[in-house]
Amino acid sequence: MRVEVNTELCQGHNRCYALAPELFDVDDYGTAVVIGDGTVPPELEEKANLAVANCPEYAISITDD
Amino acid sequence: MYGPVTDWATDLDHADPEYNERAHEIWDQLRDGGCPVAHSDRYGGMWAPLTHELVHEVAYDTEHFTSQGVVVSTGRPMAPPPMGPAPPITSDPPFHQFARRLLLPPFSPKQIAGWEPEVRRLCRDLLDRMGDIVPGETVVDAAVQYAQSIPVNVIARMLGFPTEDEEYFRECVHFFLETVNQPVEQREASGPGLAPYLDRQIEEHRAHPRDDLTSYLLEVEIDGNPLSHDHVRGSMVLLLIAGIDTTWSAIGSSIWHLAHHPDDLERLTSEPELMLFAVEEFLRAYAPVTMARLVKDDYDFHGCPMRADDWVLLPFPAANRDPAVFERASEFVIDRAENRHAAFGLGIHRCLGSNLARLELRVAIEEFVARFPRFESAGDTRWSIGQIRGPRQLPVRILA
Repeated sequence: MRVEVNTELCQGHNRCYALAPELFDVDDYGTAVVIGDGTVPPELEEKANLAVANCPEYAISITDD
Repeated sequence: MYGPVTDWATDLDHADPEYNERAHEIWDQLRDGGCPVAHSDRYGGMWAPLTHELVHEVAYDTEHFTSQGVVVSTGRPMAPPPMGPAPPITSDPPFHQFARRLLLPPFSPKQIAGWEPEVRRLCRDLLDRMGDIVPGETVVDAAVQYAQSIPVNVIARMLGFPTEDEEYFRECVHFFLETVNQPVEQREASGPGLAPYLDRQIEEHRAHPRDDLTSYLLEVEIDGNPLSHDHVRGSMVLLLIAGIDTTWSAIGSSIWHLAHHPDDLERLTSEPELMLFAVEEFLRAYAPVTMARLVKDDYDFHGCPMRADDWVLLPFPAANRDPAVFERASEFVIDRAENRHAAFGLGIHRCLGSNLARLELRVAIEEFVARFPRFESAGDTRWSIGQIRGPRQLPVRILA
């Protein structure tokens, strides 16, 4: 599982960073970025799903690989 | 002043005191009754989309709608686009992006986190000042003695304004947001003189720069040029006004909820780890802020014949209660895990202060329930008037 942020859609609500700081960081402008290459270890899959389900702008997606 | 509303679908008035008292019921009635967009001839023409989908559409559509005016009133904004009177909230693209980008860093989550100890100290101090509490007897006003003083003190410190002027700032907020249905001439004659007040602050800070947002606005540059005086002062208006009664309302509404729902209060005190979700559910269910836009040119919006210069209310709180997007939309679910609420808006104007608001709300609730693990409603709540919805009087009885 991998997480991705669409930076065109991200408006800096910072919900992902609050819910899953192990997977997301924010820059000085509040825009979210994935940490590393976005790979989600199994123990963080629930948090990744939470981040997706709480983004008001639908800016986060999960891909399986 | 307009008279009482006769019909919410065709004569909507958000400044009728009944609107904020019965807001949830009114939105449900209209949405479920087949009226996704309400209208009113008041304010020179006003529309109000009530579904999440339509609110989202207007918020994203900067081609047909301008942010030049974001507070519906009997008048129209004098300051021209693209900056508008209070940048960046009243600005349109592409200028908006520049005005916004320079204010984002001081409000980023990492910068705002540094304010937590100060917010907590402030909350504890307000609780201390309530004096001796006799459980079962003492009634405190959680809006007047607590919620209304928290954000105003924080934003005054951030701007470098005297906190002793707290009452004056609240007077300004009341003027800008609660007197919107008075005739323009009457409003202009009775204003609180905020522009000259801010000019004095700007002079003071030019003479004695310090580490605060006012000095920051005076020093920051766009493409090598300092900001114009109107830009600096307009952004100060925004930070001051938007930073006060919005969060005050969110804190008040959250305490209102807990005073009326002892089961949720009990869960919050016994399972503090729920706070991460509870804060977002308070924000969803009791979102305080309705924004607005002006229609640029005549525009047919899903069959609504909007005319140039009509107002469009953007009730994000109504979008947050739309059952098409939220399960059990009209219920407060303290541990709601999926919560894409729009309390801080949608699109390019996402609330600049959202990280600060969220911090203040969380700490204010944490401190209140830590001090008073049990309390109940002790009389009638008085709700605000206009686009920011929250309790202005909120008597609660402290219990053993």
